[in-house]
Amino acid sequence: MLEIKGVNSFYGKAHVLNDLSFDVERGQVVALLGRNGAGKTTTMKSVMQLVVPQTGSVTYQGTDITRMAPHKVAKLGLGYVPEERRIFTDLTVMENLEVGRQPAREETVTWSEDMLFDMFPNLAERRTNRGKELSGGEQQMLTIARTLMGNPSLILLDEPSEGIAPVIVEEMARVILRLKKDGLTVLLSEQNLHFAQAVADRVVIIESGTAKYKGTLGELNAHPEVRDTYLSV
Amino acid sequence: MGLFIAQILTGLANASALFMVASGLSLIFGVTRIVNFAHGSFYMLGAYVGYSFMQVLPGGFGFWASILLAGLVVGIIGIIVEMLVLRPVYKAPELFQLVATFGVILVIQDLTLLVWGADDFLGPRAPGLKGIIRIMGEPVPKYDLALIALTPFVAFALWWLITKTRTGILVRAATQDREMVGALGVNQAWLFTGVFFLGCALAGLGGAVQLPKGGADLLMDFNILSAIFVVVVIGGMGSLPGAYVAAVLISVLNVFGVNYLPQSTLALMFVVMVVVLIFRPFGLFGREEVAGEHGQVGEPERPIKPAGQTARMIVVVGLVLLGLLPLVGDSFILVLITDIAIFCLFAASLHFLLGLGGLVSFGHAAYFGGGAYAAALLVTYAGTPMELALILAPLAAGLTAIIFGWVCLRLTGVYFAMLTLAFAQLLWSLVFQWGDFTGGDDGLVDIWPSEWASGTTTFYYLALVLCIGGIILLRHTAHSPFGYALRGARDSARQAEATGINTKHVQWVAFGFAGAMAGIAGGLFVFSKGSIFPNELEIARSFDALIVVFLGGVKTLAGGVVGGAALEGAKDYITRFEYWRLLLGLLIIFVVILAPDGIAGTLRKWAERIGFIKREDQA
Repeated sequence: MLEIKGVNSFYGKAHVLNDLSFDVERGQVVALLGRNGAGKTTTMKSVMQLVVPQTGSVTYQGTDITRMAPHKVAKLGLGYVPEERRIFTDLTVMENLEVGRQPAREETVTWSEDMLFDMFPNLAERRTNRGKELSGGEQQMLTIARTLMGNPSLILLDEPSEGIAPVIVEEMARVILRLKKDGLTVLLSEQNLHFAQAVADRVVIIESGTAKYKGTLGELNAHPEVRDTYLSV
Repeated sequence: MGLFIAQILTGLANASALFMVASGLSLIFGVTRIVNFAHGSFYMLGAYVGYSFMQVLPGGFGFWASILLAGLVVGIIGIIVEMLVLRPVYKAPELFQLVATFGVILVIQDLTLLVWGADDFLGPRAPGLKGIIRIMGEPVPKYDLALIALTPFVAFALWWLITKTRTGILVRAATQDREMVGALGVNQAWLFTGVFFLGCALAGLGGAVQLPKGGADLLMDFNILSAIFVVVVIGGMGSLPGAYVAAVLISVLNVFGVNYLPQSTLALMFVVMVVVLIFRPFGLFGREEVAGEHGQVGEPERPIKPAGQTARMIVVVGLVLLGLLPLVGDSFILVLITDIAIFCLFAASLHFLLGLGGLVSFGHAAYFGGGAYAAALLVTYAGTPMELALILAPLAAGLTAIIFGWVCLRLTGVYFAMLTLAFAQLLWSLVFQWGDFTGGDDGLVDIWPSEWASGTTTFYYLALVLCIGGIILLRHTAHSPFGYALRGARDSARQAEATGINTKHVQWVAFGFAGAMAGIAGGLFVFSKGSIFPNELEIARSFDALIVVFLGGVKTLAGGVVGGAALEGAKDYITRFEYWRLLLGLLIIFVVILAPDGIAGTLRKWAERIGFIKREDQA
């Protein structure tokens, strides 16, 4: 569904992604694992074209999306949930969802506000509150809900478990599994191996912007030395 | 009592156009982060376009339809400007787009002159609203009452659009984080264009709606500019209710000022602005602007190195040529080069603040004109000799800068820029309205150099020595520990603070120093011309310096000097044409689009490409 081939991305002169290649199959949850600074966020941004790769290509459902404008990428059905959450703090919960709204698309669930409030009951009580009045966990849920309003087929979740309370991390895992059941494909980045083990089918480990290991979760568990080399557990 | 109420009503009526124009500016700034200096020009266009429609559309219906059509036409012109001029430069450093809007001001000025001619138009009276109504015995024009009634509807429509519609939600979201809005599938390019349309249409409406009160003339663009900036800053950048409250406040104060303090009407609104900003630094309804949070793109700042061998050689050769010039050049050339040298020092002093300090001052003319007036006043009233006046001019300018800087530096970013503009305008209005002392509009004349320096050639050498000395001093300071501290404060104020640098103090000293350098240029200017007029303190003068610094290249040390020489030289040639503003405006826009690193920056890139200069990362 998503193919990343030989991507090289830079921030100014810093070479962040180095010939990065991996695929994401339809209907799977793929976890991108790696230490701080390994290039996880840049990978997400390079898929979204928020960071434009200098060489290499990103193909989504057979369409080459490299160098496409980010809003066009989003319209093709890629949903981006950034790491720093980036909700619109002066807008209410309802207004935040409105910004994410896109027309229904054939291949995916068409989300409505009510369906999202079912999935995130906390947000339902806060619908007229401004973004800045929400807790960190509520903000994280709002970011996901806002992206779902665009009815994406593939969702990019950048470090969904970072900086939120353990209870909410569990809820986040439930949400991801629920999305998978609904037929969504998920690419998430994580430092937290336990969280990845709870939700992911496959893992890609990156280090210095290069994919060092690709395999199923079971295979990774069978090779503890890989885990110890690239991840700080 | 009757008079009091009548005056309040006049103020409220005057606030109508001001609110429309200011809210348009505020809206555009909120979303695009562009301070649209050309906004006054769109206001002026609204008046002219509205006037033309009123000539052909008859009756009451025609009058109001003309106003709406003026808004529509000006909005469409706004779209054209946005697409042709601003789209190519959105990715340039944040304040760079300003220069493009300066260019637009010049182009619109000349196009208006071309289409409508130089004569002022008296605005037609509104059919059905021609008379007056007596309120407690005082006459109040019916049209004023219509405006007072109309403005809340415009304000309400705007409020509804911004808070209740999807477009409004997207606009507010984009105000905060436009990259994220794009990542959610919204085409920001059209959102920007839409906002620009709306903002310009509001300016056009404002221009057309004031026709019966003020008519249409070619000075409208600059005349309203400082008022709308004051309104937007007092109200808070990006706040609609703020724009309304501030427009009413300023307009009412103005009416009272005309009646009770006629000597200080111009200064009044700036005083109000300064008072408001001291107590509410981000305006009545505004909030803090954090520089660079809106996805500013661009190369990281390059470290500035002392000039290399090649560069030094070029400079030495240039200086020798300048020194030999009197042997071959006639006095016309000498006077021109004197002008250019003076302007280069002025530009270099602003460049020092802007490039090294990151302090974007919109009112640098205050210190150039301030130095000039200090010298002129000393000569006129105390018979001070030129030598002493040239020493006291930078002292006076530096002192002014230290006083103004103390207030301005309490704020950052756009608010800092606006405050510097306000202080410059304050000084200008003082000089302009205090005619008994400063000569007002007639200026001060008969200020000539001392006997020994009165020859063109001698004065040329004097100006050259002082200007080049000043420029070298500025450069030298850039490479001193003080220059490092200043750059540190620009790049990361917090980190600089953490290493023990008192950033505010460093910036304050830099502000005073740059002011003093501009004062030298100002002092030389008076003695080279023999006279001084208030226009040396005007916004246009500050803009000249800003244009020069941006065009020259903010990120290169030579930027101010190169830009100053280029603009002053080009002006001398271009002003011979009738429509020179059009040419100059187009030239500025082209440079902005084609050479976003400025002249010096682009030349350096070319030089690097052909291997004339080594790149730092290869060296």
